[in-house]
Amino acid sequence: MPDTQALVNDFISKLKKRKIEGSQATAKQTAELLRSVISQTRVPYTNQAAALIQSVKAVGERLIAANPVELAVGNVVRRVLHIIREEDLSLTTAAMAGLNLSAVSDDEDDADRDNQPVLSAAAIAAASRSTLRPPSLQTLLEDVPDSAAIPHTSSSGGDSEGKSKSADKSSRSRKLKHDVIEAVNELIQDISTCHEQIAEQAVEHIHQNEVILTLGSSRTVLEFLCAAKEKKRSFRVFVSEGAPRYQGHLLAKELVMRGLQTTLITDSAVFAMISRVNMVIVGAHAVMANGGVIAPVGLNMVALAAQKHAVPFVVLAGSHKLCPLYPHHPEVLLNELRSPSELLDFGEFSDCLDFGSGIGAPLLHVVNPTFDYVQPKLVSLFITDTGGHNPSYIGEMYRLFVVSACGEGMNFKSEIMRTNCIAEGNFVKSSIRMRGINFFGKLEDRKSQFFCGCGEM
Amino acid sequence: MGAQKKGATARVAEDSEVVARHSLQAILLADSFTTKFHSIILERPRVLLPLVNIPMIDYTLAWLESAGVEEVFVFCCAHSKQVIDYLKFSVTTIEANDSISAGDALRLIYERQVIDGDFVLISGDTVSNMSLTQALEEHKEIRKRDANAIMTMVVQHSKPSPITQQSRLGTDELFMAINPDTKQLLYYEDKAEYSKGFISLDKTLIADNPSIVLHNDKQDCYIDICSEQVLSLFTDNFDYQHLRRHFVKGLLLDDIMGYKIFTHEIHSSYAARIDNFRSYDTISKDIIQRWTYPFVPDILCGSSAIKLERQGIYRASEVTLSRSAQVGSFTVIGQGTKIGNNTKISHSVIGEGCSIGSNVTIEGSYIWNDVTIEDGCRLSHAIVCDGVTMKLGAVLEPGVVLSFKVVVGEQFVVPAYSMVSLIQQPTQQDSDEELEYAENSSGTVEIPSDKLNGEIASDLSETQYGPTPELGTGGVGYIWSIFEGAHDEEWRHSVAPIPTDKLAKIMLDKDEDEELLTQDGNALVEELKSDSEDDDNEGSRDDYASFEKEVQATFLRAVHENVKVDHAVLEMNGLRLSYNIAAVDCAGAIFYSMMKLAVESLHSSARELHRNAVEVITTWQKLLKSFVHDIDEEILHLLYDKEILQEDAILRWADEKEGADESDKMFLKRSEKFIQWLREAEEEEED
Repeated sequence: MPDTQALVNDFISKLKKRKIEGSQATAKQTAELLRSVISQTRVPYTNQAAALIQSVKAVGERLIAANPVELAVGNVVRRVLHIIREEDLSLTTAAMAGLNLSAVSDDEDDADRDNQPVLSAAAIAAASRSTLRPPSLQTLLEDVPDSAAIPHTSSSGGDSEGKSKSADKSSRSRKLKHDVIEAVNELIQDISTCHEQIAEQAVEHIHQNEVILTLGSSRTVLEFLCAAKEKKRSFRVFVSEGAPRYQGHLLAKELVMRGLQTTLITDSAVFAMISRVNMVIVGAHAVMANGGVIAPVGLNMVALAAQKHAVPFVVLAGSHKLCPLYPHHPEVLLNELRSPSELLDFGEFSDCLDFGSGIGAPLLHVVNPTFDYVQPKLVSLFITDTGGHNPSYIGEMYRLFVVSACGEGMNFKSEIMRTNCIAEGNFVKSSIRMRGINFFGKLEDRKSQFFCGCGEM
Repeated sequence: MGAQKKGATARVAEDSEVVARHSLQAILLADSFTTKFHSIILERPRVLLPLVNIPMIDYTLAWLESAGVEEVFVFCCAHSKQVIDYLKFSVTTIEANDSISAGDALRLIYERQVIDGDFVLISGDTVSNMSLTQALEEHKEIRKRDANAIMTMVVQHSKPSPITQQSRLGTDELFMAINPDTKQLLYYEDKAEYSKGFISLDKTLIADNPSIVLHNDKQDCYIDICSEQVLSLFTDNFDYQHLRRHFVKGLLLDDIMGYKIFTHEIHSSYAARIDNFRSYDTISKDIIQRWTYPFVPDILCGSSAIKLERQGIYRASEVTLSRSAQVGSFTVIGQGTKIGNNTKISHSVIGEGCSIGSNVTIEGSYIWNDVTIEDGCRLSHAIVCDGVTMKLGAVLEPGVVLSFKVVVGEQFVVPAYSMVSLIQQPTQQDSDEELEYAENSSGTVEIPSDKLNGEIASDLSETQYGPTPELGTGGVGYIWSIFEGAHDEEWRHSVAPIPTDKLAKIMLDKDEDEELLTQDGNALVEELKSDSEDDDNEGSRDDYASFEKEVQATFLRAVHENVKVDHAVLEMNGLRLSYNIAAVDCAGAIFYSMMKLAVESLHSSARELHRNAVEVITTWQKLLKSFVHDIDEEILHLLYDKEILQEDAILRWADEKEGADESDKMFLKRSEKFIQWLREAEEEEED
């Protein structure tokens, strides 16, 4: 444990000091950290999943607080939590299937028990229905009427469950942890190969003799362009330098090294050049649930220019950048003001910042925001590692591919309550709670909408 | 010497290995060893004073951590318990209550033998976000080349205000001479006398270095990368107290063992030290403007605790803000603070748990934690420490500092620049400034008496919490009287911006000074002639002026009292020796006095004046001659160059003296060459 603690603290301080650059690196390191947290967590005999979720959640909250503007951290934490629940559920359903037989044999006298097999069958069916479909919410919601109908579940039933579970316990706990770690490994794999998976689609989007415009530097964009180049497509790239960090310069250099015809322009020349451009391809910092994009500063201008000239605006984003939150959510920190020294040399301008004279307040303010928010309507296409999507599909996509319905994804509290229910395997108790959660989830939704109204006002 | 050098180079090789292996260490002095902030630091150490609601030492430690320093030794002295309690053993603390200066601290650290390589020396009130790696690389690189390079100082561009001659941090104008090629520091003067209007450089500096750049637009960041020899140097020179005044200047002037100091300039990153109330104000504003990113409130506290809103307003969660309250730009409001109706706040920092009433105006002020400000108070450019209560309608004028738990009575107006504390002002308090100047000019080391430890206990026990009339009805606290000497200078280091009338006054004074200077210049042309010959002593001008006066007085006395010439010669010689003035200068002074006498005595025409002059000179020629032993053609040449003597006059003089006797011809012979040159030149011109 202590060494994980040290690892966690180290990572937190790195996040805090903004030492980790790029959401992919952050996502990968977060996943690796959570993997070691999971492997170090001592799993009790009961509530294994809850224990895992507890520890992941505890670490996750600290990580998110360390750099709230890096949404990839939260995304990965959510996905790991989801993985734990998913694995737990599949194990539970398997156990239920086993239990089914014994329950039938043991408790014939209890007529209501008949419901139980039906219930678990439904759960199994739900789980097996689709790999794409997250079974959690839907499955459980389907269960609700059944279990609600038997609020007086006999203690004998519970006991028998307990017995059969205890027999399973040792193998289950080991299996759960093992499975979770396996799945997290897959997640890490996914994150680290997302470039290639996105790049594979390059040929479908980039055509011969096209002119592509991009801003700043993104590794995903670089790989994407190079993949098209490797497939013998010949095209030209305009790179906007991306003030104030001028990472476009680095991208231009890289592109030239890979043999691409590159033109470097200033950010202010984007409007002038856009009429010659066939497609804008950019990277993103995060993709929000409504399809809005948080991207390096300057991109909104590019998006507007693209819209004006009807140039497709394509955003490349690995699935770790998909965030289940809405941009107007009060908890989301959309922007960060970085040091003004990226714009100005402090020494040179120190005499403009003399507070000793005048009104005691500086006349010179330097503001250096890091991100822009690009509205979903300005985005023509998202290309993720699972393919190309329309912005309006992003929220749905997130639900299908990544985690769960938005109501829960937002809130850790409902998640932990729900996990408790599942882990207890007591659907009767859970049903009541589920309703509550459902209600709260809705409430949460309303609240966020309310806030959204406020924000836009 | 050769052997020594060999040893040194061998050690360097060894050192570089050590450097590669050993972890980077830092010594953090959690005591400023000065009495700046004196009204506050009697109760709390400077490093724990909140800077934008976070103790100063947190900024320093956070920076050291992010800069890759693995081991920090925090040296605590005054209030060591508070510091150690605050840090809770997260770092190694060294405690010594008897250390009274940075020098003592470093000697103690040397005795402990905890430092084993290069280390960063920093005081606990430094805010920075610079990257150390480059500076360290540079330091190592230089050390590889030159084993005597023991320290790299971090400097930054910052032009001092042309009017007040102080930097934006409120420190005095700093002069540094740096070799632009090697970046070696050659000269360091932070207490230049402006009245003199000049600084002096050792001419060997110019001889030894092909080029020197003299800066007055550099700011010392007080971040030093030192080799371990620095510690042993402090131990060897036990009279070193102050890091800059003694150690740096000592090394530069005395040339101890040929040790050298180098500089590293940072450009875009930030580094500054809180040295006085003005720098507290300036650095707070820099932090709020995010120059110190990522060491800004919303990141250091965590964004859930403090959020940055539009216009640079940092607001903590759970702030109760009245709808009608107006919070202006660049303001920080701490957790749990309540702000009443129609209150206006701008450019200020408000701490945690404060309650601010209605119709309060706060402008450019720093209000710490748990402060109560009742309705209708007005604060501008003040510092208000923890637990202060301001009753209804109290007013703080610019530059006021209220120390811990002071109570200001109803409707009471605290006058500008006053320091108010519950503790009575220590009686034998010396002004820090005076002390520093005294040390500086006399060159001897006075140990600054450390009042902090010994007296604070007694002071605290003596404190009576009775109502004192000093702060109005119901007020508690003492207004400290401002020290002699520092009286006019209060505004220089206060949090308040310098009032415009003050600036105008300085401008005016300065103009007058300049006029005076030019006048003086005209009057003393002759004097300057002789003066320009000796460039080694910048003080000589002042000395010479007073010497001249003395000579004049003596001469006049001699004339009026009809003193014998021989006696006059003796007297003059005594005077000359006591002032350590060259014979030539003395002659100059005498000549000047003679001429003055001639001019001053009654005369109606030029002819009469001439006669007067001749009379005086003939009477006192022996006096003059006794000092003019070795006047040579150079002076003549100089006079000619400066167009004081016309060519014709010189030639005429030479012709005149042609037929004179030997003793008269003495001067002529000496200046033969020059006259010859003049004649030749004339002939050439005629051609």
